[in-house]
Amino acid sequence: MTRSLRVAIVGAGPAGMYAAGHLLEGPGGTYLDGRLQQLVDRPVEVDVFDRLPTPWGLLRHGVAPDHPEKKLVETVFARTAARPGFRFYGNVEIGHHVHPRELAEWYDAVVYAHGASGDAPLGIPGEDLRGSLSARAFVCWYNGHPDYRDLDIDLSHERAVVIGNGNVALDVARILARPAGSLRGTDIAEHALTALENSGVREIVVLGRRAPLDGAFHNPELEELAHLTGVDIHVEDGDVSGDHDPGPLDQDSRRKLGTLRNYAARTTRGSSKRIVLRFLSSPVRIVGHDRVEGLLVGRNRLELDAEGGRRARATGDEILLETGLVLRATGYFGTPLPELPYDDRLGTVPSIAGRVIAGGHTVPGRYVTGWAERGPRGIIGTNKKYARDTVRSLLDDARHARLPLPGTLTAEAVDGIVRSRQPQVVDHNGWLRIDDRERRAGRAARRPRHKLTDRPALLDAASGPPPNS
Amino acid sequence: VAYVIGPACVADYSCLEICPADCIRPRPDDPGFDSAEQLYIDPARCIDCDACVAACPVEAIHDAARLPAAWASYAGVNAAYFGRAS
Repeated sequence: MTRSLRVAIVGAGPAGMYAAGHLLEGPGGTYLDGRLQQLVDRPVEVDVFDRLPTPWGLLRHGVAPDHPEKKLVETVFARTAARPGFRFYGNVEIGHHVHPRELAEWYDAVVYAHGASGDAPLGIPGEDLRGSLSARAFVCWYNGHPDYRDLDIDLSHERAVVIGNGNVALDVARILARPAGSLRGTDIAEHALTALENSGVREIVVLGRRAPLDGAFHNPELEELAHLTGVDIHVEDGDVSGDHDPGPLDQDSRRKLGTLRNYAARTTRGSSKRIVLRFLSSPVRIVGHDRVEGLLVGRNRLELDAEGGRRARATGDEILLETGLVLRATGYFGTPLPELPYDDRLGTVPSIAGRVIAGGHTVPGRYVTGWAERGPRGIIGTNKKYARDTVRSLLDDARHARLPLPGTLTAEAVDGIVRSRQPQVVDHNGWLRIDDRERRAGRAARRPRHKLTDRPALLDAASGPPPNS
Repeated sequence: VAYVIGPACVADYSCLEICPADCIRPRPDDPGFDSAEQLYIDPARCIDCDACVAACPVEAIHDAARLPAAWASYAGVNAAYFGRAS
């Protein structure tokens, strides 16, 4: 009888959990070639490691608190976690408590799904001043990520500037603009709720380097701004008027242009807050002595390059926006893990079909998926397809004896070593206790959950009495 | 009347996996999937069976006749994806 295939997954975010779901394939099977099929033909055991005590990655620390419906996808991950063969090792950091070379020895295969937890550099003077931070860090702060709870966020200046034109830029602009009280029924971190309710920010300027149609934001995020009460939306330097012919457009772009024309044509309602979508504008320099006092912004015009692509070119016109808070939303970026190949141009682990490549060859038994594989692109479900394809490569290698099987440890042996390295492991039951404690605390305040945001509190909840006691 | 996918969609495609009419796009291996903002139901091919409603983990799918007010435009958005008027 064949023993179980033993797989470690690094990262319990959507990418890692979709990979676990495909490895611990449910009775329905896997969607491939237009139908559901059983791809897994032998028993599999999966251990998912995460450096945080909590699973679900950016579902917990990325998705905005006023998008609770998107967080319901955690039911998919919770179902996977409840399947036989699944174990969670939270609060265990790969590269610190356990090394990648050890995972390679202990398991038949290792899937890296550690995401992109750094920032694409902006490369302008002054970006390290106090009051200038990445939108990613700001998002982690309001979502209660334990490493960001003590972030120094000064919301006393009446203007904040967001650099970037993706969904994260619109998320942070929206959170800053929301009327006091409207976040109270969400799972936003308590410290952020207090700070935002006492915020002095009245105007949020969102800077896009290129034209409105080059914005990477999606239609729902753009349209959502219209539903904010007490917030005016302005469009500046966008040339979204009807007399400019942008050429043939796909449906998504037509919709965006329609929304922006709508915003541009709206008369000011004199609301107490406003969001300014300012296009054709590049950040030049952040000014200030010991903290951010302003952002120098250069105006651009669009030019077509030789391939017909649109490029922003500086016109030389510059203006100074006074502000106390600059949020750089120009993209998440990968960070290297020790002993793992890394492409510092793309911020990803080099791979083909999910198989990790080093020195031009695949590394047997080593795989990658999610943002660590393809870079920070796509939405939650995009990771499901990539996880499926990485798992298909892994299963194919197992079937054709391409995995380094000798030396693989039993589940019990691994458990013993991991707990000796990190006695404060949060396992699946520990997470269920945290989840239960947070939901109970939330119910009292009519919130979906009251997040625990520091490690001692999370570890205390994880070792507390079991749920439903 | 058909079913309509709203803006809560995260493209998890659990709906598409079980749709007996194969009327949900883009499929995971279609070229547009990686950049899709969401998935869409073709109103001309939907057979109103409602299997997708239960399959969706984020409650993004509604009967066109009972769309939440904030999502009213999505019947048109779904139809337009297939080049149809709603």
